[in-house]
Amino acid sequence: MDLAGLLTFNVLTGIATLVLITLGLGVIYGMMRIINLAHGEFMMLGAYTAVMANGAGVNIWVAMLVLPPLVVGAVGLILERTVIRFLYGRMMDTMLATWGISLGLIGLITTLYGNVVRGVSTPVGSFEIGRYGASLYSLVIVATALAALTGMFLLLRMTKFGLILRATMQNPRMAAAMGVSPDRIYMATFGLGAALAGLAGGVLAPISGVSPSMGAAYISRAFITVLGGGPAIVTGTGLASSVFGVINELVSFRTTPVIGDVALLVAAILLIRVLPQGITGRYLRRSL
Amino acid sequence: MNPVARRSAMGFLVTLGVMLTILFGAPHALDTFGLVQATGFAALAMFALSQGFIWGYGGVMSFGQAAFLGLGGYAYAVSVINMGDSTLPILIAILVPTLFAGLLGYFMFYGRISDAYIGVITLTVSVILFQLVNTTSGSQYRIGEAELGGFNGIPAIPALNKLGDAGNPLDNDGIWYAAMGALILVYATLRWVLASRFGRVVVAIRENETRAQLIGYDPRLYKLLAFMISGAVAGLAGCLYANWGGFISPTVFGLSMSAQVIIFVLVGGLGTLVGPMLGAVLIQWLIIEAGSQNVVDSNLGLGIVLVAFVLLIPQGLLPVVRTLLMRIPDFVAKARPARDGVSDPVRDARPAEVRP
Repeated sequence: MDLAGLLTFNVLTGIATLVLITLGLGVIYGMMRIINLAHGEFMMLGAYTAVMANGAGVNIWVAMLVLPPLVVGAVGLILERTVIRFLYGRMMDTMLATWGISLGLIGLITTLYGNVVRGVSTPVGSFEIGRYGASLYSLVIVATALAALTGMFLLLRMTKFGLILRATMQNPRMAAAMGVSPDRIYMATFGLGAALAGLAGGVLAPISGVSPSMGAAYISRAFITVLGGGPAIVTGTGLASSVFGVINELVSFRTTPVIGDVALLVAAILLIRVLPQGITGRYLRRSL
Repeated sequence: MNPVARRSAMGFLVTLGVMLTILFGAPHALDTFGLVQATGFAALAMFALSQGFIWGYGGVMSFGQAAFLGLGGYAYAVSVINMGDSTLPILIAILVPTLFAGLLGYFMFYGRISDAYIGVITLTVSVILFQLVNTTSGSQYRIGEAELGGFNGIPAIPALNKLGDAGNPLDNDGIWYAAMGALILVYATLRWVLASRFGRVVVAIRENETRAQLIGYDPRLYKLLAFMISGAVAGLAGCLYANWGGFISPTVFGLSMSAQVIIFVLVGGLGTLVGPMLGAVLIQWLIIEAGSQNVVDSNLGLGIVLVAFVLLIPQGLLPVVRTLLMRIPDFVAKARPARDGVSDPVRDARPAEVRP
């Protein structure tokens, strides 16, 4: 019974982690059809922001939850203006360019801070599930993931900005005719996606080793979750994270985390063979 | 023979001649260190050929080509340690990645997923292979005699020996002849494949998949076969790469390996076979030069090169140089004062160049 409780808790945490690391990628891909290969490095920048700010004496919660999205969002805006905007509509070229950005960021951080692993300690303790101890910090991850997902949904559904965003993605020319500047919207979307990646990096910084190449540990899971989810950002990310999170955690529990990742990949490839457009490409097509 | 085919055949013969000259000239012109380095270049040039073939001609964007390089290298290492004689392991090093490419390609091409998804899946597969091999440290992870060694890799891989004669390993010169000879062979084979009916269909599918399908070809099958050929070439490159250092570690599966080969192709010239080889030598040489200074991480340079080429010279160096060279006669003709009022009918009648 205790074990079942712990396992459920771990599965929930796994799903929440997937949601966090995928959402930023999903926003950029779902809205702009750009696969941002620098996503993992945006997360890495977020984690570095958290570590550096915490080291400089900033309150840990601010350093983890507030600063990373702001800093990485700003970096995203700059990169969009200097590189990405010249490549809209050329999917392969955007992938190559973002990969170049990814390598460049790894190189830059290695040059500045060295190829060492840093860390921040988790700001909260642990609690008991029967005979097992579980980290309270996992609850923080679950809460952040829920907040991010809900926030995204409300932003797209309830606000004028969300309406304009969806309209622009559906038909940029028509939106432009209505007086919207698609250029600005693309810029904002990319910045938003980058900010979400930064948030993920900041929140995950305490439970992962913060090093220049940490992004690689997350991107494979993030990419396949986005592909599995399909075009709808919020529903797709949520559903695919749930499916893959359960598989990943259960297999990891029985074997090792790496085998868990392998199981995740195999599941994703099988899923894509059956549903090439992802889950929301076939079902729940009208969802957000 | 029409002019285009003639020029293409000329280019092939010139390239072949240059490569043969390098093959026989290098052992005399270079010292041992230089020759060993050149052997590494040959292995990477072959790796670049595999990417240049599938991306430039097949139109399939593989972001995880390193998976096949690594599989080839590991397959060679494991089997040669078990067998002693290197003849069969070379074939195994080609066969394993080919079959893996077949399996992966079946799911990707027959699932009819879009090009971007293919990029993501190949990338993910190589990342996961990297992580998987990384965890195989400890003596319980062994295949026969060979310990996989996890992050530390497999050291002291026996070098190639004379065919069927395990007691007679090749020296540095011999390995150079084997690597460069294999490169020439692969280059010539790929040229032949591309000139064949199969190759033409592959290129036709790259140009317009729907049209090729309407004519009656099955794009899935052709893409799958091209992907497998590319996997085989990368596997052989992996075998040579493992031979070159006598050592292989999970970094061959790494993202920077896949990134490097894409940069080789992009810098050299997409849609050519010579370009990727030149790109491999050029970039690898630059990396070695940059590696001797410790101020800036080499990833930074690679990233900047990649972004700069995508933004500024997306077609790569070789096509740019070729276009410039072909413009010289025009340029010379223009520099001469034209006769007043007389247009040049030949030049005016030339149709506008059609670009894909």
